[in-house]
Amino acid sequence: MIRPVVPFVVAALLFGLGVYGVLRRRNAVLVLMAVELMLNAVNIVLVTADTTVRAAVRDAGLTHTGGVFALFVVVIAAAEVGVGLAVILQLYRLRDTVVVDDLDLDAEPEGAR
Amino acid sequence: MSGADVLLLALGAVAVGAGALVVTTRHLVRAGLHLVVCLGAIAGLYLVLGAELVAWVQVLIYVGAVVILLLFAVMLTRAPIGPADDLDRAAWPAALVGAGSGLGLAALFVSAYGWRAVEVAEPGTAGLMGDRIFGSWVLPFEVVSVLLLAALIGAIVVSRPDIGAKDAKERAR
Repeated sequence: MIRPVVPFVVAALLFGLGVYGVLRRRNAVLVLMAVELMLNAVNIVLVTADTTVRAAVRDAGLTHTGGVFALFVVVIAAAEVGVGLAVILQLYRLRDTVVVDDLDLDAEPEGAR
Repeated sequence: MSGADVLLLALGAVAVGAGALVVTTRHLVRAGLHLVVCLGAIAGLYLVLGAELVAWVQVLIYVGAVVILLLFAVMLTRAPIGPADDLDRAAWPAALVGAGSGLGLAALFVSAYGWRAVEVAEPGTAGLMGDRIFGSWVLPFEVVSVLLLAALIGAIVVSRPDIGAKDAKERAR
């Protein structure tokens, strides 16, 4: 027997920490880490909800849906990190900074080829 | 309180504590290492909740791959090794929104679930999860694989300045 409220509250707190990190951090890599915290909070909710409803679902083909969705979220998070890091590295190469406050997106990059 | 509850509480405390360090530490590299602890504790949560495959995927993909990529990015952008003072902006708006959303969601979950206990039936082993993915969810699975391929090709194109540069020159002419 488990109490589902424990992992649910953990997920809510992790999501709050992720929101805080995205708004607080100025370094783009740290912003990505905070986004990972939020995605993991969503995964905990999916897995816990799956455990909670498993007893109520009678159709055997519909159990473990939350786990499957959590796997999909993991794949999408991996894709997001891949593209995000490529953008950050290119940004660093062109503008010499990863501080999101210093970015002037209208400016002509100096190192543009 | 059963043993599983104690485990959930302990792992959850580790996850939240490490997560708090990720968003507050002044060492960039240490933020990545705290993220490892946080994600590992979350993998433990999945195991206690009976989602075995998700737990191992979490260890392999998140702890193994995503954190390594993030640490690569920290090092390739020549991040300061010691503590840095310019990582944060003003705290109070972020703290307000973050605490509001976190505590609000927590209150919602507490009011919805209370202190009720549920049975953990049928752990999600690799065989069972494979059955579901290639049974009910095979079409989303294929779409996700195409998305992953597109994202990886996009990452290669974005990070290589020589791709597409010729076209731009021709257009300028």
